[in-house]
Amino acid sequence: MEYAPAKFHKSARTLPEPGEAFAFTPENQAKFDAYVTRYPPDQRKSAILYALYLAQGQQGYLTRAAMQHVAQQIRCTPAEVEDVVSYYTMFFTKPVGKYVLNVCRTLSCALLGAERVTEELSAVLGIKPGETDPTGTFTLVEVECLGACDRAPVVMINDTDWHERLAPEHVRRFVEDLRARGKAALSGCHLHKEQGAGGGGQGAR
Amino acid sequence: MAYERVLTKHVNEPHSYTLDFYLTQQRGYEALRKALTLDPNDIIEQVKASGLRGRGGAGFPTGLKWQFVLKDTPKPKYICCNADESEPGTFKDHVLMERNPHLLIEGCAVACYAIGAKVAYIYIRGEFYHVQQVLEAEIENAYKAGYLGKNIFGSGFDCDVYVHRGAGAYEAGEETALIESLEGKRAQPRIKPPFPAVAGLYQRPTAVNNVETLCNVPLIVLYGSEWFAGLGPEKNGGPKLFCISGHVKQPGVYEASMHTTLRELVFDYAGGMIDDRPLKAIIPGGSSVPLLLPDQLDTPASFDAVQKAGSLLGSAGLIVMNDSVCMVWLAMNLLHFYRHESCGKCTPCREGTDWLFKLLGRLEAGEGRQKDLDLLYRVSNNIVGKTLCAFGDAAATPVISTMKLFRQEYEAHVREGRCPLPAPWRASRPLFAGAH
Ligand SMILES: Cc1cc2nc3c(=O)[nH]c(=O)nc-3n(C[C@H](O)[C@H](O)[C@H](O)COP(=O)(O)O)c2cc1C
Ligand code: SF4
Ligand code: FES
Repeated sequence: MEYAPAKFHKSARTLPEPGEAFAFTPENQAKFDAYVTRYPPDQRKSAILYALYLAQGQQGYLTRAAMQHVAQQIRCTPAEVEDVVSYYTMFFTKPVGKYVLNVCRTLSCALLGAERVTEELSAVLGIKPGETDPTGTFTLVEVECLGACDRAPVVMINDTDWHERLAPEHVRRFVEDLRARGKAALSGCHLHKEQGAGGGGQGAR
Repeated sequence: MAYERVLTKHVNEPHSYTLDFYLTQQRGYEALRKALTLDPNDIIEQVKASGLRGRGGAGFPTGLKWQFVLKDTPKPKYICCNADESEPGTFKDHVLMERNPHLLIEGCAVACYAIGAKVAYIYIRGEFYHVQQVLEAEIENAYKAGYLGKNIFGSGFDCDVYVHRGAGAYEAGEETALIESLEGKRAQPRIKPPFPAVAGLYQRPTAVNNVETLCNVPLIVLYGSEWFAGLGPEKNGGPKLFCISGHVKQPGVYEASMHTTLRELVFDYAGGMIDDRPLKAIIPGGSSVPLLLPDQLDTPASFDAVQKAGSLLGSAGLIVMNDSVCMVWLAMNLLHFYRHESCGKCTPCREGTDWLFKLLGRLEAGEGRQKDLDLLYRVSNNIVGKTLCAFGDAAATPVISTMKLFRQEYEAHVREGRCPLPAPWRASRPLFAGAH
């Protein structure tokens, strides 16, 4: 056989680290209790993604202790929580930097230089995709289509913010800006910015 | 062009997302008021007569889908709005949600009334956090104004609309995988039948509809099915949003009728090619559909005409490519996507996408062999038609389509031992070089 057998890329499983004792803050507990009423009382499991977002927001990433807490809240087994966590790409099971730079690498973004953006980011930050820089400020991640291909290349920062049309030649300035001014340096979503400022934007024609 | 926009007419105005704007400028919630005076079956008939076809990808008639929803059952029923918008090249639904959210909210309420549901869940992809903020705030405003909640317009009809945030999974856009994800599990499809219309969310009758589909519903109720059908070619009626991205001067979302040709979309709407370079190929319906060549651009951008031309309109995501694009690279780029997003439930898809990606990567790095080309074909054909959901066919499509149309480029990679077309916008070092 000339070709090495395909790796079973979906089943690479590592146990999440146990981490410190975890419980929702009273604020998050209240949010969760309010949210879970959106579903029938016997379907609490529907709130699992929401609970995981809360836990991740509280701690930055998900430990085994956090997953156990979510399991208690949902009233399911920790294994069921781990099953879900390991499937969705927006959950982290290891510490990440203050800014997670999720660079879209799919076709429309790639056609306008997304591969070069990642290369530049890699060079400027001194890390490869998947790594966090030594100061813990930046994590670089390549992601698939973010649903804003008309503003290519697109970067999602953490799981809430956007920066659009990041040309490779602007990368160095972008990183410096982000260091200096934080999220104020981001372009945000074009629809917000352009229309919110009073028109001239191009939501659709 | 005589066409006047209806879905996105106002989206560039600063306050288009507010309830006040919707009520004063867009006859907001008049459709719901009217619908609640009608028999639910009449609404379904009206939607059927309009010919509205699903905007999520498959183009299935919406009225028919609603008619299939089980009637005689004591179980609750649900509308699930598919706002996953994850097909590469597609970015229309977020414009509607962010700039015209009340149209969707009203569409959800009318749809609930039509199928006898009281709850609609809008499943939005996790990356659209900023869109979700707008949508949730406007849902709250709709509750406050009495357009959602209990006893709407004193009709006795109750309706709740909730947003449910996903967490990064393309496959969550497939309708049964979406339901699984809503139930708090991995987004992996179910075996059909039973179809969601019979046993969907929580094993209860459910209709899954795309955002743009539901946004058309209030318009049909308000202006009639004839008006709607008259906007486009036969069986392809209504307004349509087209997403145009890639090597064009003005990428963006454009609303037009399905009479419009692909050429008009690319060269009139999107301003033509960057630097006026020649167009090499387009993907007309999101990454999952076959490519079309320049001589096919006079095809009208309708479900039926694009299918006749050998591709699919899908989610109407047009990806436009100029002559700098290597077609083996293109297939590799998309197979990276499919390999990453395969949910892993079926072997041909999970393993096949991995094989295809590796074979393409090797070819692209100049390390491919002649027999790899046959192997690519064989692996692709071992995926098509052999999987649980349409993802499998979609994943093999970029390979099959580029090999059919651009076989000479594959040959050249083998012959020359390198990529003959290394565009400056690509990474300086091929992903796979020396990686054995
Ligand atoms: C792999 C896969 C991904 C899909 N992704 C989406 C999506 O992101 N958004 C969407 O509306 N439909 C998507 N669909 C289509 C849905 O399965 C379903 O057909 C659609 O939501 C039905 O709504 P419609 O009839 O209004 O089009 C996807 C289908 C497949 C097979
Ligand atoms: S075809 Fe692929 S994505 Fe669809 S169910 Fe099978 S493994 Fe999952
Ligand atoms: S390809 Fe990057 S956002 Fe769609």
